[in-house]
Amino acid sequence: MSVEASEVQRIAHLARLAMSDEKAREFAGGLSDIFAFVEQLDGAPIEGVEPMAHPLDAEQRLRPDAVTEPDNREGFQAIAPAVEGGLYLVPRVIE
Amino acid sequence: MSQETLSGWVRRLQAREISSRELTQLYLERIERFDPQLNSFITVTAESALAQAEAADARLANGEQTPLLGVPVAQKDIFCTEGVRTSCGSRMLDPFVSPYDATVVERMNAAGAVMLGKTNMDEFAMGSSNETSFYGPVRNPWDIERVPGGSSGGSAAAVGARLVPGATGTDTGGSIREPAAFCGITGLKPTYGRVSRYGMIAFASSLDQGGPMAATAEDCGLMLNAMAGFDPRDSTSVERPAEDFTAGLNQDLKGLRIGLPKEFFGEGLDEKVRGVIDAAVEVLKGRGAEIREVSLPNSHLSVPAYYVIAPAECSSNLARFDGVRYGHRCDDPKDLMDLYTRSRGEGFGDEVKRRIMVGTYVLSAGYYDAYYLKAQKVRRIIADDFRSAFQDVDVLLGPTTPELPFALGAKADPVSMYLSDIYTIAANLAGLPAMSLPAGEIDGLPVGLQLIGNYFDEARLLGVAHQYQQETDWHTRVPAAFA
Repeated sequence: MSVEASEVQRIAHLARLAMSDEKAREFAGGLSDIFAFVEQLDGAPIEGVEPMAHPLDAEQRLRPDAVTEPDNREGFQAIAPAVEGGLYLVPRVIE
Repeated sequence: MSQETLSGWVRRLQAREISSRELTQLYLERIERFDPQLNSFITVTAESALAQAEAADARLANGEQTPLLGVPVAQKDIFCTEGVRTSCGSRMLDPFVSPYDATVVERMNAAGAVMLGKTNMDEFAMGSSNETSFYGPVRNPWDIERVPGGSSGGSAAAVGARLVPGATGTDTGGSIREPAAFCGITGLKPTYGRVSRYGMIAFASSLDQGGPMAATAEDCGLMLNAMAGFDPRDSTSVERPAEDFTAGLNQDLKGLRIGLPKEFFGEGLDEKVRGVIDAAVEVLKGRGAEIREVSLPNSHLSVPAYYVIAPAECSSNLARFDGVRYGHRCDDPKDLMDLYTRSRGEGFGDEVKRRIMVGTYVLSAGYYDAYYLKAQKVRRIIADDFRSAFQDVDVLLGPTTPELPFALGAKADPVSMYLSDIYTIAANLAGLPAMSLPAGEIDGLPVGLQLIGNYFDEARLLGVAHQYQQETDWHTRVPAAFA
């Protein structure tokens, strides 16, 4: 499978990655090679095989619905790029 | 002195032959002297290390005996360390000073280890050569024009050059074993779920597993004793009673059934590497092991299956880096979309972007069945191959890598780089424990032997490796420039 630069731009947008047209052309070759490489899976003997999501087929563990974590808000916000009054700041969302 | 192993230092510290402070100084001086050639550390924490060492000395004076009391170690920069930058080798996390410790760090601290610093790595652990780090490539101590392997390349190079007696690594597709092989050290990827992933920055959550890297199997066992154990904060942590991973070290090999998967000895394997592995098999035979040929018929599908599953999980995990709560944020975003796309576009390097895009594509509407679901089915048949093989044998053996450490810049196209992990990835897909240990040298470069065990059989793997290390001295060799 061959990926065009325009398709790279579409995927980059879905993945929220800013990308110049030049960079998209550069990525197109490598991505085409990877998709061609994974086409080897097409001939695999997997008829009737259950997909495997997890090595140990574990079940989700549950815990009592109790507060276990202390309030670390100040520590967590100290490493944020922009905060004010306990809130995270982002550019205006609603015009 | 720097040739002493981690377990040797534990004994000497307990015997009060050396203080933790002296030992910490010794290794900090080695880092200062040698690391400019290797670039194996991103951050050196000299001050806090000396404080930890003094605390350890006080505990040693009180007769305390926690497993790693006073021993210097390094943490791969993927493990969160409270108050210390945790970059994951990425510009995205260059400004990130973690507000908490990973469980592995917490446990090693409690065991008395002294952290010398954080080691370099491929960005977000995505790479097999340590060339994708934002902080520049790591050099192989055996030949600084060659790569140390990746993604735990900083840990491997630092241990290989004896800048630290032991370091942590993580292994999603071979990231402990391949660099261990390339740098002439011993490294173990435990069974999935053994070591907590809490505070270990996620790449592919169903594959990621932390583990020890050190000179010997005994060292790895001691480190794993401190690292492993049930953690309620990791939803996939395995609930099992604590185990002593050094318990099998002195088990002899009489009657041990070792399987050689024929697929690991086929086309693409360097003939000289094959020769080294054949010689190692003879050593184990000489100690009473029985050798059988086995087959893992679907193992050739492991790399393509991995390059669907790992990128899919990575694209999901790395969605959290949005420039809002922590990490890199672009200047003057004009709107929210611009904030996301430019922060991520600037913060991630090319290999990480490539994998995020592959993952985004295979999970996108209309392609899920053709790629992701198919890869998960292939994952099952690969795991089933191992299940059948372990009906007949106790341990599997083969090369860790198909070739010797390659030159920096030698693998420019992504697929050829991905194929460096051709023998290691299957164990991650199945979730099995696997290790690499030094088994020879070709043209002055180390060669790694891989052992793969059944689920939760780490103690046996370490035992086989230890028995091999009783009869060989490859694990004691240090590159001349760093002796």
